[in-house]
Amino acid sequence: MNRIDAIFDQLRQDGSKTLIPFLAAGDPDLPTTARLLTATQEAGVRVCEIGIPFSDPIADGPVIQASMTHALNQGVQPKAVLEMIAKLRPSLDMALVVMVSYSIVYRMGVDSFMAQSREAGVDGVILPDLPLEESAPARAAAAKQNLTFSLLIAPTTPTDRAQQIAKASTGFIYLLSRAGITGERAEIAQDLPQRVESLRKVTSLPIAVGFGVSDRQQVRQVVRTADAAIVGSAIMRRVAQCRDQGPDAVVDQVSRFVADLAQGAAADPSPTP
Amino acid sequence: MPHTSAADLLPQRPEPNPGGHFGDYGGVYVPETLHAAVAQLAEAYDKARQDKAFTDQFNLLLRDYVGRPTPLYEAPGLTRHAGSARIYLKREDLAHTGAHKINNSLGQCLLAVRMGKKRIIAETGAGQHGVATATAAAMLGLTCDVFMGTEDMRRQRPNVLRMELLGTRVVPVSSGSCTLKDATNAALRDWMESSDHTHYVIGSVVGPHPFPTIVRDLQSVIGRECRRQCLEQIGSLPNALVACVGGGSNAAGLFYPFVEDASVKMIGVEAGGRGQGQGDHAAPISFGKPGVLHGSLSYVLQDPDGQTSPVHSISAGLDYPGVGPEHAYWNDLGRVQYTTVTDTQALEAFTTLAKLEGIIPALESSHALAHALQLAKQMTKDQTLVVNLSGRGDKDMDEAVRLLGLDQKKD
Repeated sequence: MNRIDAIFDQLRQDGSKTLIPFLAAGDPDLPTTARLLTATQEAGVRVCEIGIPFSDPIADGPVIQASMTHALNQGVQPKAVLEMIAKLRPSLDMALVVMVSYSIVYRMGVDSFMAQSREAGVDGVILPDLPLEESAPARAAAAKQNLTFSLLIAPTTPTDRAQQIAKASTGFIYLLSRAGITGERAEIAQDLPQRVESLRKVTSLPIAVGFGVSDRQQVRQVVRTADAAIVGSAIMRRVAQCRDQGPDAVVDQVSRFVADLAQGAAADPSPTP
Repeated sequence: MPHTSAADLLPQRPEPNPGGHFGDYGGVYVPETLHAAVAQLAEAYDKARQDKAFTDQFNLLLRDYVGRPTPLYEAPGLTRHAGSARIYLKREDLAHTGAHKINNSLGQCLLAVRMGKKRIIAETGAGQHGVATATAAAMLGLTCDVFMGTEDMRRQRPNVLRMELLGTRVVPVSSGSCTLKDATNAALRDWMESSDHTHYVIGSVVGPHPFPTIVRDLQSVIGRECRRQCLEQIGSLPNALVACVGGGSNAAGLFYPFVEDASVKMIGVEAGGRGQGQGDHAAPISFGKPGVLHGSLSYVLQDPDGQTSPVHSISAGLDYPGVGPEHAYWNDLGRVQYTTVTDTQALEAFTTLAKLEGIIPALESSHALAHALQLAKQMTKDQTLVVNLSGRGDKDMDEAVRLLGLDQKKD
């Protein structure tokens, strides 16, 4: 069984939810990304997303884009990210999902990319700029390597299309909390609970909500209905803020923040009826 | 219906298929958030292209506002210089705003009005597409924001001022390489959040379906006029067509109406820059590989890891790491041949046209001219060749003066 499926099965049995932090690999550098992954697991996180830097990340807002530019300027390339994961894998039991542009996957070859990811110990992939219509080759290649493949569903996605996307996805579904790009927002969209509920009617896959989820309170809000909350920009903004203070400061700041976010996904002190 | 250049937006060929594919190329490679916007655009465009009222309005403005049809000019000085085939110039430099770009901007702004969108966004590199879009938006009373890399804003200051004079807000883009590809990323990001009230006027035959088709159709007025003018003025179809290719909109517009004319040889000229090394040119078909960039699959300039390569050309309008998917398709079919011209060769052709014909061409169009001068020599005197003079060179004067050392010469 795929590790992601096993983790979500267990979470469901326990009636619990999870935080999914997003880390842009190579910001501030790959060794620090490895330390952040370890710290993330120690904070109780069960699934983590790792972003492979890309020169033209059109779905990303300024924070993650700046992280990727920083990483590329350090010479961090996809193969080096997979090597870092491979080295770290024996010491991690959380699930690792790679988020990567289809531009990179296409250039490396879909079969080759999925095989190398599996080899490195990756459990699933998200290709944020690849919509359903063009996804068949990548999905087949991922399935062959027993990697989960999570497609995205946007607020603008009609219900029948959402159903098709859910059907084509494995592992979990990535539901966008709002239209647009990644980045922090003061409020979670009010219609999110209804959107999660209507998606539940067409799929039994776990639902992870991302884009604009920024703090513990919002994580808590999201996991009242969804199975997981994805936080990216809020984490990478903290990385950027203490980049100049060295890796120890980054690890310290981010570990504390992730631990705080993870509290939001833990047992809800004020469950809604 | 006015007697005009008669743009016809109806498809002449089966490509692209409903998914937007030209063979293996094209398609829709965008985040899910944009899916609804591109699907809505495809549907709206499909209705508009079949609506005579829409094409009539477009044709009327092409005649009275843009100044179409643009002339097909037989260039005796160039012909004598090359010494063989007769060279004709399709004078897109005489269109309003000084280049073919206005055909697309105007058509897409009309489409935006038809779709009820009040705001226009566009990306621009050299500023020509930005100026054309700002122009059309001003005329149609639309709000317009143009994304432009900070590096390009510095290099193309007069065009920034032109856009501002036209009432457009120029939004500086300081991410990535601060050039055209980053401005395109910024426009796509804006559109993801704004598509309910905003139309994105993409500047070339690139991007996700239906953009490559829309831009080709709007620009194909160039080829349709040219074909008719050849029959009237020469009495036959030309033997060859030559156009420069960055994203490829002026070339697609000229070539498309001639695709079925097997006797007409077509050559697209990419920017060969200063060499064949990565970062020294902007020639994805000649030196690149198929890949995904800005929403479609086509030839791209990437490193082996899939990161977009830096590009270089003397001409800012050709300085782009991708190319339209239909060009990739025509290349693989062998219907159009693609070649390169270096910075130096383009600059030489720039000077040649100015001296021999009294026309200062855009540095983009100078690439096509340079190749045409070589090609004409290999043809016979009874043959004819048409060069798309896609724009005028006023915008390039500072660069040309610097490169030619004109400011140091005294006479």
